[in-house]
Amino acid sequence: MLEFVNFYLIPGLVLGAIYAIAAAGLSLVYGVMRFANFAHGDLMTWGAYAALVAVTGLGISPWAALPVAVAATVPVAWAVDAAFYARLRRAAPAVLLISSFGAALMMRAVVYFVFGPTPWTYARGVTPPLMLGAVRIQQRHLLILAGAALAALALHLLLARTRAGRAMRAMADEPDLARVTGVPVRGVIRLTWAVAAALAAIAGVFLAIDTELTPLLGFHVLLAAFAAAILGGIGRPWGAALGGLVLGLAEELATYPFIAGAPLLEPAYKTGVAFAVLVLALIFRPRGLFGGIG
Amino acid sequence: MSLLEVRGAVGGYGEADILHGADLTVAAGQVVVVIGPNGAGKSTLLKAVAGLVPLRAGRVVFDGSDITNRPAEELVGRGLAYVPQERNVFPSLTVEENLAMGAFVRPSATAAGLERVYALLPDLLPRRRVPAGSLSGGQRQMLAIGRALMLEPRLVMLDEPTAGLSPRFCAMIFGKIREIAASGAAVLMVEQNARPALAVADRGVVLAMGRNRAEDTGAALLANPEIGRLFLGG
Repeated sequence: MLEFVNFYLIPGLVLGAIYAIAAAGLSLVYGVMRFANFAHGDLMTWGAYAALVAVTGLGISPWAALPVAVAATVPVAWAVDAAFYARLRRAAPAVLLISSFGAALMMRAVVYFVFGPTPWTYARGVTPPLMLGAVRIQQRHLLILAGAALAALALHLLLARTRAGRAMRAMADEPDLARVTGVPVRGVIRLTWAVAAALAAIAGVFLAIDTELTPLLGFHVLLAAFAAAILGGIGRPWGAALGGLVLGLAEELATYPFIAGAPLLEPAYKTGVAFAVLVLALIFRPRGLFGGIG
Repeated sequence: MSLLEVRGAVGGYGEADILHGADLTVAAGQVVVVIGPNGAGKSTLLKAVAGLVPLRAGRVVFDGSDITNRPAEELVGRGLAYVPQERNVFPSLTVEENLAMGAFVRPSATAAGLERVYALLPDLLPRRRVPAGSLSGGQRQMLAIGRALMLEPRLVMLDEPTAGLSPRFCAMIFGKIREIAASGAAVLMVEQNARPALAVADRGVVLAMGRNRAEDTGAALLANPEIGRLFLGG
C-alpha cells in the first residue's frame, strides 16, 4: 500500500497537477478564441528557460524564479498574437492551427539557438525526501502540488469572482453577444493570453523542476494537455484541470502491479495511456466530461 | 427629432448585399415593428444598426451621432441595447451573471438594474443562481430582454422575440414590450408573428428584398387589405 502511495499515487498526482495547469491555459485560449494553440507547449518551454536564466544569473531557486518565468512568457504570447494570430482571427480554424505550429517552431528555434540541445537542470545534487509518517514525498513534489493548487484557485477566483473573468466566460459562451454587451474584445483577448501564458510558464517551470530542461520540454506534454482539455470539455478550464489530474494519475497508475505482481502496463508505454483515454473520450463522450463548447 | 435614423442602408455578409437601401426611423418612446417575408433583410437591418453587420453605403444616426459601422461593443454605452434572435444568453453564466453582463460597461449601475429588471420580470428572481443554459426558451427570452434593460437603454432592439415560443409566452412578451415603452424606452423589433406585433406597435415598416415596401401606423397596416394579403397571410 505504501509503495502504491509513494511510487505511483504521488508521482501520478504531481504529473496530473502539471498537466492540469498546462491544460487549463490551453482550454482557456480555446474557449475565448476558438483556437487550438499548438504553441502552448513551447510557451511552457520558454517559461522554464526564462526561470533558468534567473536561477543561474541571480542564484535564486526556481520557485523564486516563477515570477520571472511568467513575466518573460506573457510578452511573448502577446507578441506572437499581435504578429500572427490577430491577423488571422477571421481565417479558417485550420489556418490558425498551422500558424500556431509555425509560432511553436520559431520559439523552439530561439531556445535551441540560445541554450543548445543538451539538457539543463535548475539544481544539482539530491534533496532528501520528507517523511510524513510512512509516506515519503519529495519536497519538490509537495511544492508542485501546492503551487498547482494555488494556481487553480487563482484561476477560479479570476473567472468566477471578477468582472474580467466574467467577460472571459461570456466571450467563451457567445462572442457576438459579449460584444453587444460592451465587452472590449481586444482587452479580453490580451488578458486571456496573459493568463494562459502565465499558466504555461508555471507548468513549464514545474515540469522542469521535476525532470530537466530540454527544448522539447513543453512540446512533449502538449498532446497530453490537449487530451486533458478535450477530456474535461474543451474551452472549460476547470474541466481541463480535472482532466489533467485524471490523465496524470491514469498514466502513473497504469504501471502499478495491480494483478499478479507484474506492472499492468510496462512503464515505457505509459504515455500511451493519455491517448487511449483521449480516443475513448472522443468516441463515447466527444464533448468531454463537462460539455465542451464550439 | 427621431432617436434612430437609418438612411439608404446597403450591406450584408461578405460579398452578397442583403440590404438594398433600407430606411428606418424610430422616435423616442415609440414601438416600431419591422415585418416582411423571409430573407427580406429584417434581421440584417437590426444587426447593421447593432454594429454586427457592416454597411457598404448609407447612414445610421442614433441620438444625433453617426454610428454607421461603429464597433458593436461601444453602442451599449450610448443607450442602444440589442437582443439577437438566437444565442441571446450566456448559457454557462447564471441568470444573475447574465443580467450583470447587461451592465458590463457601467458596473456601478448593476444593483439598481437588477432591482428594476426583477421588478419587471419577477420570474427571473427565483432562478437567479441557475445557469442560463438550463432555462426554457421563453425564460431565456425574458432573460435576454432583462439583460438588455439593465442600463435603462433609450432604444431596445429585439430580433424575433417570440420565435418558437408558446402563445402564453408570446402574449407575455408583447405585454412586456408595452411596459418597456411605457417606461420611456423606444423598442424596435423584427417579427414574423406580424399581427400581434403590429397590434402593440406605434409604427410598422414592411421590408422586402432589402427595401422598404410600406410604412404606416401599426393599426393602418393591419387594416390595409393589400398588406394583409401579401405580408400577413390573408
